Amino acid sequence: MLQWIADNPRIFTVALQNHLWISAAALAAVLAIALPLGLALTRRRALAGAAIGIVNVLRTVPSLALLVIMLPVLGTGFLPSVVALTLYGLPALLLNTYTGLTEVDRDIVDAARGQGFSDRQVMTRIEIPLALPVVFAGVRTAAVQIVSAATLAAFIGGGGLGELITSGMANFNFPQLVAGALAVALLALAVELAFAALEWVMTRSTGLRD
Amino acid sequence: MIRLEAVSKMFPGAARPAVDALDLEVPSGRTCVLIGPSGCGKTTTMRMVNRLIEPSAGRIIVEGEDVTTVDPVGLRRRIGYVIQQVGLFPHMTIADNVAAVPRLLGWPEARIRERSAEMLSLVGLEPGQFLSRHPRHLSGGQRQRVGVARALAADPPVMLMDEPFGAIDPIVRGRLQEEFLDILRRLKKTVILVTHDIDEAIRMGDLVAIMRDGRLVQYDAPERLLAAPADGFVADFVGADRALRRLSLLRAMDVAEPGESGGLRLPGSLSARDVLSALLAEGRDVATILDGEGRAAGTLTLAAIQRLSVLDNPHPDGTGRA
Repeated sequence: MLQWIADNPRIFTVALQNHLWISAAALAAVLAIALPLGLALTRRRALAGAAIGIVNVLRTVPSLALLVIMLPVLGTGFLPSVVALTLYGLPALLLNTYTGLTEVDRDIVDAARGQGFSDRQVMTRIEIPLALPVVFAGVRTAAVQIVSAATLAAFIGGGGLGELITSGMANFNFPQLVAGALAVALLALAVELAFAALEWVMTRSTGLRD
Repeated sequence: MIRLEAVSKMFPGAARPAVDALDLEVPSGRTCVLIGPSGCGKTTTMRMVNRLIEPSAGRIIVEGEDVTTVDPVGLRRRIGYVIQQVGLFPHMTIADNVAAVPRLLGWPEARIRERSAEMLSLVGLEPGQFLSRHPRHLSGGQRQRVGVARALAADPPVMLMDEPFGAIDPIVRGRLQEEFLDILRRLKKTVILVTHDIDEAIRMGDLVAIMRDGRLVQYDAPERLLAAPADGFVADFVGADRALRRLSLLRAMDVAEPGESGGLRLPGSLSARDVLSALLAEGRDVATILDGEGRAAGTLTLAAIQRLSVLDNPHPDGTGRA
């Protein structure tokens, strides 16, 4: 398997780069949508129920199905892959952002308001810092989900490590197939560990843990 | 001074007002305890003073200013606020917790640091030991001390305290009540304190307001409340042992009768209730009360204590305003 990578360095690197690029774009889109949306939903509880219902339905759709549904809408290639992966990663972060913010101890918020914190100060100095660990756990889940599911982007021509697997299968190239599969598994693990480390550093710096 | 004039609060969908045309005046430097059964409106009344709840009608005047017309955020920075669950900010150090309001007010950092240390010392916590810690490292009693230090940090003339000892174990509670009472008196704060514990009300209050169904049933000094309950509700509320409670408010020194006798010798700092208890335990009917230097200051007899505990008649007008 390593031999296959050594023999085909260009194919492997391009696949890996594509994979990372699609995943990073999707994660960036998830952050840009889920964080402000989650925050906005805590201010409009009436809408929150409906939004969370929709997101939960989205969560039950299998990742491959989501990718294939994109086919007739957006065609094949990079963009439909990113859109599908964004939809796939969105629920985890949106739910964690919303729960993280709503589960901040109401007594702490009451104490802050009673001391004379304005609504904005309550949000930026109390609610957001206290919700951060839960929000960050959502980022971590979304990142791992996206990196794993990006393997399937190959099915709609998005490229990435999944392509090594699909073409390996089609051509009975067993070493290539295993190289692709192992690389995806290791990548997901690395992302998980990297975000776990980041989370640990972050919660320590907020003073919420020793 | 805090004055409530015909203040009402009607929550949407409620059958009756939570607070019903309430008039209440707390003189400057005094502690007023609001007490009553659950749902009597005591907490709502307190929370209207700093407008965490907006009154539906009436005026609330704090230090000469009608608070119903001012910016609520600025108002709250001028009023100390202490709650049962303390509500310390867990992601901030004790120093930053205590500095919260001064920082909102834009004090210079040097003055904030000095003030935070001063406040911790005031509530009996060593600043060097506590300033850099986080709330989760503190015991319940220590947290409430920090809660009070935080509320006092910007030197507000008025303090609101919502069951400040409710979450603290009974052994620590007694000491904390005594210390806080001493601090609040010394700093001449005007205080509204909410509790459901009649013993706490009697111990902490210069004035006690007993509420029921959003109305004031009786507003009086604790001694008067025990001696002359306005009606059956108040009498039940202060309890069948109100005669004993009343005795516990009296210092033996202050009620001793001139003279000296042999037998039991007791320090004058005890309450009349403690003296009664000691007499009963020893099977005596008279004790010599000693002053601070251990000299005889007078005597207390069983008969004298019984006279002290006899209750006056209820207020003729039935309201008992102090």
